[in-house]
Amino acid sequence: MKFLWGAAIVAFTLLALAIAGATDDAGMRIHAGIFVLAGILGLFALVKMHFDEAPGGTAPLVYNDAIVKAGVIASTFWGIVGFSAGLVLALQLAWPALNFDIAWLNFGRLRPVHTSAVIFAFGGNVLLATSFHVVQRTCRARLAGEIAPWFVFWGYQLFLVLAASGYLLGITQSKEYAEPEWYVDIWLTLVWVGYLLVFLATLWKRQEPHIYVANWFYLAFIVTVAVLHVIHNLSVPVAWTGTKSYSLFGGVQGALTQWWYGHNAVGFFLTAGFLAIMYYFVPKRAERPVYSYRLSIVHFWSLTFLYIWAGPHHLHYTALPDWAQTLGMVFSIMLWMPSWGGMINGLMTLSGAWDKLRTDPVLRILVVSIAFYGMSTFEGPLMSIKAVNALSHYTDWTIGHVHSGALGWVGFVSFGALYVLTPILWKRRDLYSLTLVNAHFWIATLGIVLYITAMWVSGILQGLMWRAYDELGFLSYSFVETVEAMHPFYVIRAGGGALFVLGALIMAYNLWRTARGDVRAAEADNRPAAPAAATA
Amino acid sequence: MAANDNRHHDDVTGTDTTGHEWDGIRELDTPLPRWWLWVFYATIVWALGYAIAMPAVPLISSATPGVLGFTERGRVAAELKAVEESRAGLRARLAAASPSAARADSELLAFAQAGGRSAFAVNCSQCHGSGAEGRPGYPNLNDDDWLWGGTPEAIHDSIRFGIRSEHDEARSGDMPGFLTDEVLGRGQIDAVAEYVLSLSEGSTDATLAAAGKPLFAEHCTACHGDAGTGNKELGAPNLADAIWLHGADKAALARTIARGRKGVMPAWEGRLDEVTIKQLALYIHTLGGGE
Repeated sequence: MKFLWGAAIVAFTLLALAIAGATDDAGMRIHAGIFVLAGILGLFALVKMHFDEAPGGTAPLVYNDAIVKAGVIASTFWGIVGFSAGLVLALQLAWPALNFDIAWLNFGRLRPVHTSAVIFAFGGNVLLATSFHVVQRTCRARLAGEIAPWFVFWGYQLFLVLAASGYLLGITQSKEYAEPEWYVDIWLTLVWVGYLLVFLATLWKRQEPHIYVANWFYLAFIVTVAVLHVIHNLSVPVAWTGTKSYSLFGGVQGALTQWWYGHNAVGFFLTAGFLAIMYYFVPKRAERPVYSYRLSIVHFWSLTFLYIWAGPHHLHYTALPDWAQTLGMVFSIMLWMPSWGGMINGLMTLSGAWDKLRTDPVLRILVVSIAFYGMSTFEGPLMSIKAVNALSHYTDWTIGHVHSGALGWVGFVSFGALYVLTPILWKRRDLYSLTLVNAHFWIATLGIVLYITAMWVSGILQGLMWRAYDELGFLSYSFVETVEAMHPFYVIRAGGGALFVLGALIMAYNLWRTARGDVRAAEADNRPAAPAAATA
Repeated sequence: MAANDNRHHDDVTGTDTTGHEWDGIRELDTPLPRWWLWVFYATIVWALGYAIAMPAVPLISSATPGVLGFTERGRVAAELKAVEESRAGLRARLAAASPSAARADSELLAFAQAGGRSAFAVNCSQCHGSGAEGRPGYPNLNDDDWLWGGTPEAIHDSIRFGIRSEHDEARSGDMPGFLTDEVLGRGQIDAVAEYVLSLSEGSTDATLAAAGKPLFAEHCTACHGDAGTGNKELGAPNLADAIWLHGADKAALARTIARGRKGVMPAWEGRLDEVTIKQLALYIHTLGGGE
């Protein structure tokens, strides 16, 4: 097996080396160089693995925690990178001079660095780490494969480095949330197929009769993202040695494919995947049974069936035919209750354990994440209604909506999972400091509230100014006047973003001290007796 | 449920679990919340109703039109038509009137000011500023210092044809570069600049200004006039007031003399309709400096 992996890495490295030699495209040469470097590091890792391996078989059930640890570290690292990039962009929007006239730092190049870093790097690593943890625990089986999970993890990090460096170098296919060019897309496809196989093989060898609901959601996320990624990125490269390619879809078909992809990236990456996290970590932390098995079945299937049709609501009032706009709108409305099924199941799991919110800031973060999930999944169907969309579309309201979901839901449920995972993985009794978790919770919550309220006010103001007419039907405002009116809200938003980044830095410090095995001196005495950590 | 014998009663909620357990996590066998189910059904019924009312189901080359027969394009066309009809009378009258005649008609003037303000914000404010206050190289339109004339007709022509634009009738004065054309040396330009400043009492060196006077008379008066008060036929600015298009300091003035200036404004004829151009002319005329 190791020989096959080694041969594949050597072949890939030689291919990259050949392209690096043949190309006259500077961006491609840099990226091929990164591939070669990654190949060499991969070979070293493989050889080291071979010599480190203990003789004889491993014990029947030792979970692969090393890969989950790596995922926790990567999540924290990429989270800080992505949130900080977002803060820089927020500051640039408030004070445009902050791009310092440096091409690499202009808004257009940094923006995909931010979106990719938070969605794919932070969110993706949280999903990798938690899915590998949860699938092992809920199947009572070690993660399938020894090399394959590491290929998935490091292959994914390689994808992220190629994506981020590409944006700064100006390599993009200009598709929102799918900016990497064709060769990076092919690489991600290989990694993703590896991920699917590892996950499926682990399910296959499970020791439990049933598959837990969290794993349904993880599987829906992995399978759908694969389909979305492959179809949306279908393109024809100009040359095998060049970065540029042309999409198979153009015009309104391209726009529809974009938002079929974009909306389902929200639905299956940022919703289904993170619902899986909720379904494991909330009952685990609250030590309560999941509220309703039937609700989990009905809302799972209705969510996966309805979500896939809702994308056209991003294209209201465009060249998209009326029938497709109707389709996007009615499916978005029908999506409201299936989304709220997840919220109900998450919140009601707290029945009989609400008092823990007073003492456990980690549970508080998890519960507030569910509240934000409920709020954004009500706001989403509302904004998909054409009459509302006529006001909200293209305004900051959309940005506020996205961030109540991204910061409040995805961010907080991830933070909760990281706080739960770290002591378990590093075999510590508890976190370094619950006081710091509490500080993180309040600072970040205040940041989110500032962020989304500023964007609501700014977005509605913007929308109203754009469509204001005088009694003779003439526009009341010029575009630049609307931009000027946004400024105070952009400053508030940047302040909210700064608080969110600060909270994440506090978390990173807390997790690092926890991994080291420290307990904050002031808190060491009044900790309750160790919970079930020893058995985890 | 296959694993009924593993069912477990939860005392807090009074509900049984399903009997499954994963890593310590059980599931309650709670029925679907009624309100949840009924709201879900209601959204489905609403969706079906909406799909019957509106264009919804794609066919080979069209889609079901919906019983309301609504189309987004149709609605936009109807709204635009309604606005156009409401303005049609005033538009026709403004189109027929000369700029000066429209300026004298209070109803047409109010219409032109409303439309002109809006068109200015969208098309002109990028260079001339939101308050038409101008900036270096782009004239202030609030004052009465006009390069090409400040009557309604003159402003109208400036907008229609542009300044040094590609339009055949564009206004096109030519301020040569006296250094780049090797007509004057740097010292001479310094003297001329000092003399020009003295016309608006901005000179600090009377001797140098005096030295510039004959050079000014020889090279500049043909366009700018003997007293430097300018010539609107040629777009030659008045140099005797304290208003400067390219900056009030001597360095900017010396640069103008040395290298010339060739500011450009696009011709708006063909980009904006005739009535909008007339509205803009009257709006600008009423900003404060109209002649």
